[in-house]
Amino acid sequence: MSSDLIKLKNVSKVYKNHFIETKALDNISFIIKEGEFVAIMGPSGSGKSTLLHILGLLDKPTKGEYFFEGKKVSDLREEELAEFRNQKIGFVFQAYNLLPRVTALKNVGLPLVYAGVEKEKREKIAFEKLKIVGLEDKINHFPNQLSGGQQQRVAIARALVNNPSIILADEPTGNLASIQADEIMTIFKKLNQQGKTIILITHEEDIAEWAKRVIKIKDGKLI
Amino acid sequence: MQNDKEKLKNKKIKKILDAYLEIFSESVFSLMANKVRTGLAVLGIVIGIASVIVMISLGQASQKTVESQIKSLGANLLTIMPGATRTGNVRGAMGSVESLTLDDALAIKKEFSSTYVTDVSPELSRRTQVIAGRNNTNTQIIGVYPSYQTLRNIQMENGQFISQFDLDAQRQVAVLGKQVATDIFGEESNPTGKIIRINNKTFTIIGVTQSKGGTGFFNQDDVVYIPLTTAQKNIFGVNYLSSIAIGIKNEKLMNEARDKIGYFLLARHKIQDPYQADFSIMSQNDILQTATSVTSTFTNLLSGIAAISLLVGGIGIMNIMLISVVERTREIGLRKALGAKNKVVITQFLIEAVILTLMGGFLGIIFGVVIYFVLSSILNFPFIISFSAVFLAVAVSSIIGIIFGFYPAKKAAELSPIEALRYE
Repeated sequence: MSSDLIKLKNVSKVYKNHFIETKALDNISFIIKEGEFVAIMGPSGSGKSTLLHILGLLDKPTKGEYFFEGKKVSDLREEELAEFRNQKIGFVFQAYNLLPRVTALKNVGLPLVYAGVEKEKREKIAFEKLKIVGLEDKINHFPNQLSGGQQQRVAIARALVNNPSIILADEPTGNLASIQADEIMTIFKKLNQQGKTIILITHEEDIAEWAKRVIKIKDGKLI
Repeated sequence: MQNDKEKLKNKKIKKILDAYLEIFSESVFSLMANKVRTGLAVLGIVIGIASVIVMISLGQASQKTVESQIKSLGANLLTIMPGATRTGNVRGAMGSVESLTLDDALAIKKEFSSTYVTDVSPELSRRTQVIAGRNNTNTQIIGVYPSYQTLRNIQMENGQFISQFDLDAQRQVAVLGKQVATDIFGEESNPTGKIIRINNKTFTIIGVTQSKGGTGFFNQDDVVYIPLTTAQKNIFGVNYLSSIAIGIKNEKLMNEARDKIGYFLLARHKIQDPYQADFSIMSQNDILQTATSVTSTFTNLLSGIAAISLLVGGIGIMNIMLISVVERTREIGLRKALGAKNKVVITQFLIEAVILTLMGGFLGIIFGVVIYFVLSSILNFPFIISFSAVFLAVAVSSIIGIIFGFYPAKKAAELSPIEALRYE
């Protein structure tokens, strides 16, 4: 059996704002194993974005424990978290979040800069990853010269560049037409078949159907 | 083993350099993307650095000019000036008193020529109009002894200086300073033998002095020398002196000589209390110090004002960087999500700020040098660019970049990645 990649234990997140407490996550526990393709589904305001932030080590839970590859990460220091994100997690955002003034190749190579990889090696790896998403002929294009679908493929290549343990995709098709959305989901499916663990956050049923398992969330609780 | 370690170390250094090179090139890109804003941000620094350079250079040049002019007045010279008398608490303005006489000068020479004094030059100077034909000029008339020439280092361009015979005979002869000669008779002519009129008296020109250079207060070419006796009796009708210059044998004797001559003169003037003296004695060094302290005060003042403009420029940089941080909130959030540590974000923004200020610094140096070149040719100053000023400018501008860039950079680094990514 494959091992536990992610283990959440009674995780809660409370936002305090002007004396009003909002419980974004309420006592959530689940395990994601290596090689899984999981969709986290829920309507807006259900707490799924908060969950993604915690899973992506962008935020810390108020209560509970988070284990990543068996290591307790819920109380790491900020600098360690940055390194962890850099090495272990590949993000794909709804709005692509590419640097506008930088070519596709450099965008993909950005996490490698923070990992301290030299330029030649950086460009070589970035090129390989762009090839995986089928954009090897667009490496010197700037984001505004690419379609939305192509931009999201660049973002996926960037998520892959450090060979992370997991890919976290936050509504990756939210800004795309359905044909392009299918292209993107096909890439995710292929990556998963090659062994990548993928967590997908979405509110759309037909996107969630691409995943092998669906975790539903509502009002901060699993259902 | 040793070699391997070395290699590993080199590799690590290369990695770090590589990362910073990447950050640097990103910074340049993002600055170039906003050319107008970058230009405006830099403008403050340009003005600040340029004015610092102009002010410091101007100050140093004027200092040099003043020094060389005062030195050209003659070395090892004591100057006695009338004045500084007190009546109760009222102190007379310097030179307002008719306390120095030719007898004083001759007595000093007689008393001290064996000990301190090489020669004594009694002088009476007044500004008045000099006329030659249709031309006229307002200039300094100095009644002199022949000793003036040696004590004040006067070189003749042609003709000769005032002689003992001219003095004894009260002849109406004049020696022109170079500038007066040029003003009245034109650049190339030799006015020796021609006639000028001073106070309606005709004078025959017997010589022209070589130019000593200099401008402003100390212009030694804008003078007409006539025999002292002629000046006192024929022209101005007075019997006092406006100054006595005393040549001292040796620089080491200056202070001693000043004291001795001072007490001698006090006794001659029947004054008990040195504080009540109706004259003052200054050495060249005293004059030099007074003059340079004035110019250095001005230089410091102006440099201070220039430094304030540099400070304002630095605040401009901070302002622009803060705007840039707000605008690039999403970008910063993304970088942090992708694993940029706080210190990397800080470094990136600091590099941007320092690039801005250094750019401003270099442009400022160029502008400053050009402006100073123009000013120095207008003011007839030597064109000396002080390297210390240039070095200071570069150092100060990069320090300003770091200081004023630090707050925005820290703000950027402290952004929470979630907030930043959510920012629209």
